[in-house]
Amino acid sequence: MSTQQTSNTAQRPLYVGCATGFSGDRTDGAGPVVDTLIALGGGVLNFETLAERTLALAQIEKRKDPKMGYEPLLADLVGPVLKRCLDHNIQIVSNFGAANPQAAAQRIFALAREQNLRTPRIAVVYGDDLTEPEQLKFLLKKLGTDIDPKRVVSANAYIGAYEIAQALKEGADIVVTGRVSDPSLTLGPAIAHFGWAMDDWHKMGCGTMAGHMLECGTQVSGGYYSVPGQKSVPGMDRIGFPIAELRADGTFSVFKADHTGGLVDDRTGREQILYEVHDPARYLTPDVTADITEASITQEGPDRICVEGIQGHPRPAELKVNVCYDNGYLAEAEISYAGFRARERAALAGETVRKRIGHLLPLRVDLIGAISIFGDDAGELMGQGLPESRDVRLRVAGVHTDKGIAEKILREVTSLYCCGPAGGGGVRTSLRPRLDTLSCTIPRESVPCGYRFVEEQRA
Amino acid sequence: MTSKTQQTVQLPLYQLAHGRAGDKGNTSNISVIAWDQACFEILVAQATETKVAEWFGYRHPTKVTRYILPKLLAMNFVLEGILDGGVNDALNLDTHGKGLSFWMMDLPIEVPQEQAQKLSVKEYSQQS
Repeated sequence: MSTQQTSNTAQRPLYVGCATGFSGDRTDGAGPVVDTLIALGGGVLNFETLAERTLALAQIEKRKDPKMGYEPLLADLVGPVLKRCLDHNIQIVSNFGAANPQAAAQRIFALAREQNLRTPRIAVVYGDDLTEPEQLKFLLKKLGTDIDPKRVVSANAYIGAYEIAQALKEGADIVVTGRVSDPSLTLGPAIAHFGWAMDDWHKMGCGTMAGHMLECGTQVSGGYYSVPGQKSVPGMDRIGFPIAELRADGTFSVFKADHTGGLVDDRTGREQILYEVHDPARYLTPDVTADITEASITQEGPDRICVEGIQGHPRPAELKVNVCYDNGYLAEAEISYAGFRARERAALAGETVRKRIGHLLPLRVDLIGAISIFGDDAGELMGQGLPESRDVRLRVAGVHTDKGIAEKILREVTSLYCCGPAGGGGVRTSLRPRLDTLSCTIPRESVPCGYRFVEEQRA
Repeated sequence: MTSKTQQTVQLPLYQLAHGRAGDKGNTSNISVIAWDQACFEILVAQATETKVAEWFGYRHPTKVTRYILPKLLAMNFVLEGILDGGVNDALNLDTHGKGLSFWMMDLPIEVPQEQAQKLSVKEYSQQS
């Protein structure tokens, strides 16, 4: 175990704030988080911006331009807070490197130069990308699939907190990663700060769950929570992003940035601690098997909760890998019907499209305003009867590897303007490439990950 | 159910709990977090794996597992095979199944009359 924990109680807590919960989140969350961290004497700022699909899209961008492939909103996220972070001992740790951490680092160097700031010490974590031909061959064999390697868009292992922690210990101002496990963005700084041993499973579990509470941004601080008349959240237009206070004993508190809207209480905390958890005794990350079966969440004060009782068990032997590949085209088309017998007219329109092209590809038909997202693709719920509705939007969706066939959905729904039931309006159509994902686990030694400090490359 | 003290009324689950849905692949997990200890006990007794599997039956879950977390007054339901393949495969507008927590929220629960009256307060304040 760790050798230098002689006076845990004397150790200063670590503050970690998280200013985005996904790529596409609000970009103005970081300012209040950074101001709060400054008032607390420094800390770490996370941006979590990487979903499965985001990473695949980033790979496509990188192929088009080797200088792209990182979070497209990077400058909007980092630019406004870079000076304050560099001036006030706030390290930035983020997966906004996506498919190209190196290029993201160069963009941050450029931002610093544009703002006449000192040159930051930037480390990139590498090794998660497994798209070399030999690696792909190994992965596809492991997955037991015969898909053409040319269809693979991205292949990434989820790596853990170790490289982030090492880079911070060596003095990084900013650590840019690609695919790491989301909670590792918080655990890594905690390992560096407290000197926790990587096999101190209890501490790994605690730091991981602190990261879990932060990784979805405002989902712990009043976002994704409100039900009018039942669960109220003040100031949702300026909801505050969360900050965790991690302590040397592994317990932690969660609160939100000062002078913001939102809500942190035992209920928002409980919704988030269980988010995307399956067996609560076995929350698997590259770093640990975290266990929340004995966890408790108590309110410590206004907008502040304490999380205790987290346990940890040895980490999984292997690392999870996601392989994203091209799988045809997703076609979606919609048209609206309102007024008397709107639902019947929308249903007739859907049946009409089915009769014309239902033999070419499987179709999903939704009657938005009557039944849509609760139903499954097979339409079983719809078959159990429809509620009355006078404002219904028909949606027809389907997938095909042949673009021409997928496009028929768009054309058939558009032609309902003239050939369909009475009063249809507001046609919108979209055709997008579809990406599918396959997952497996592979031995850790198959993932040659590491970190390096990078130099600014001036053109 | 004949004696007066045993009389119950049927209420939707959201009168006793709140929750959130998450997805991983073709599996959805839905938390059910009781408003208080009394609600929790009713839910543990009634929101069983079997009942939840039936409630989601039209989506044909291959397996439903319930985990109970008494210290959080919560249950976590893991419903496998209900997302039509999941976020990249389903044709549903809501490929994540984000809205499925609100299907769970309508699960009918039998609540003793006396307790049901207390639940008629719509806004759940922090002061209990």
